[in-house]
Amino acid sequence: MTPLLEVNHLTVKFLTRSGVSEAVRDISFSLGRERLGIVGESGSGKSVTGRSILRLIRRPGILEADSIKLEGQDLLKLSERAMRKVRGHQISMIMQDPKFSLNPVMRIGDQICEAYRLHAGAGKKEAREKTLAMLETVLIRDPERVFQAYPHEMSGGMGQRIMIAMMLIPDPKILIADEPTSALDVTVQKEVLEIMDALVRERGMGLIFISHDLNVVSAFCDRVLIMYAGRIVETCRADRLHDATHPYTIGLLNSMPRLDRPVEYLKVLQRDAAWDLAPGVSGIADEGDGA
Amino acid sequence: MRSDNSKTGIAIDGLNVWFGEGENRVDAVVNACFTVPEGSSFGLVGESGSGKSTILRAITGLTPTWSGSITVMGKNLGRSRDRAFYRTVQMVFQDPYASLHPRQTVDHVLSEALYLHGFDNPDRRITQILGDVGLSRSFRFRWPHQLSGGQRQRVAIARALIIEPTTLLLDEPTSALDVSVQAEILNLLTRLRKERGLTYLMVSHDLSVVGHMCSDMAVMNRGKIVEMLTVDHLRALKATHPYTRQLLEASIQKRRETAQ
Repeated sequence: MTPLLEVNHLTVKFLTRSGVSEAVRDISFSLGRERLGIVGESGSGKSVTGRSILRLIRRPGILEADSIKLEGQDLLKLSERAMRKVRGHQISMIMQDPKFSLNPVMRIGDQICEAYRLHAGAGKKEAREKTLAMLETVLIRDPERVFQAYPHEMSGGMGQRIMIAMMLIPDPKILIADEPTSALDVTVQKEVLEIMDALVRERGMGLIFISHDLNVVSAFCDRVLIMYAGRIVETCRADRLHDATHPYTIGLLNSMPRLDRPVEYLKVLQRDAAWDLAPGVSGIADEGDGA
Repeated sequence: MRSDNSKTGIAIDGLNVWFGEGENRVDAVVNACFTVPEGSSFGLVGESGSGKSTILRAITGLTPTWSGSITVMGKNLGRSRDRAFYRTVQMVFQDPYASLHPRQTVDHVLSEALYLHGFDNPDRRITQILGDVGLSRSFRFRWPHQLSGGQRQRVAIARALIIEPTTLLLDEPTSALDVSVQAEILNLLTRLRKERGLTYLMVSHDLSVVGHMCSDMAVMNRGKIVEMLTVDHLRALKATHPYTRQLLEASIQKRRETAQ
């Protein structure tokens, strides 16, 4: 069975004044109908990885890969025009802050309708009905009011639900969520994750969940890739994250304060220059691994 | 509420803060009361919009519309703050990317604070404080854009501490940082408090961070303090107010699921 998505030997470079900086260094991974988490610190290359899949790396950034295959079709061989059909239609992406992803001068309903009509070629009336139904599935209580509202009238949690509705309305095969809940409060975070989880499961989609929060990822995903300095240093089942073996992962886990284990000083991550040089591991799922 | 002045760092009594007038009036903080003993560390917890940062801003005089009483180190505060007040109370803000002037070097930021408060010997003091916050001397003439988030937050802490205040107001000092960097900054704050006998008033939405740093805390919801509890009560999960329980569940549930 071919996986939904397969990324082979992806490298992303940025040319800077002080030379070439490699944000992602030769990573390979696959995604089935599962929830795949990518964790790492800021600057580890996780967001760049997400963007590379949609070929959203702009010059002077350079994207190199053997292949990025969506159900066997190599996305790197598509023209920019054909690629536009893939974005949103087959793979869509939710960004961290809904405030910057929604058009501030357009009513929410119109924005979602536009997304649907572009992809489904539907009429106005059908798009409106579909939009209202979609708003209801993301547990918005009064969809009619939200339909008429502008983004600034919405809270962060509502905004993120609207983004989920908008990204899922074209029925994509893969959803890439880049820190979708980092800007939200803990209680709201849980609700948004549950909504996303339910929709992804129902539709049998693949989900790439990018986050710096190890606890959220280990509770929410099936499989996790841990990135450090542009490489995948470890891959494991999400529920076994706390048994991770790479010193970087262990260091990250230990540096978090815990209510049940009071200490005077927290353990500080001791970085080892060898991690930078060591070759990465492959994130391609084995048979029977993952979900 | 009368308290012994020599022991109380910060005392807040019946504090109300509001924004806007008439119909547009929003009550951000309603009747907040708490005291922070000198040399201890107190946490304010709650979601965004619960009014926890507003209390800090009222103490530093950044919000003009408040009523009630604020006492810092035995001094009752009026409408305006004088220079002596800022000698004793300093604030560290949430976002280290926004709180440093982009066109001033670390040296400039630190010497300005010294100059404003009439300190002598800036050279020695700057070298000393950079060492205290764990930055090497090479950082002294760097610009903010040459620093990482954690390094910037260290500079912000150095800026606050260089004039030797007794009280630090910490507004989510680590929420913009990675967990590994968060550990470094929290350790730094713990060490500095011990060495200098500082009083901390810390705002955070993260219960485990507050549980790590503070001995007592107040939980806020919609402008009101709904529960006061000690860290031992928190660790024993003995919170009584439903809102606190909800917060607590949200922050420990993730791990419990993993353990299963």
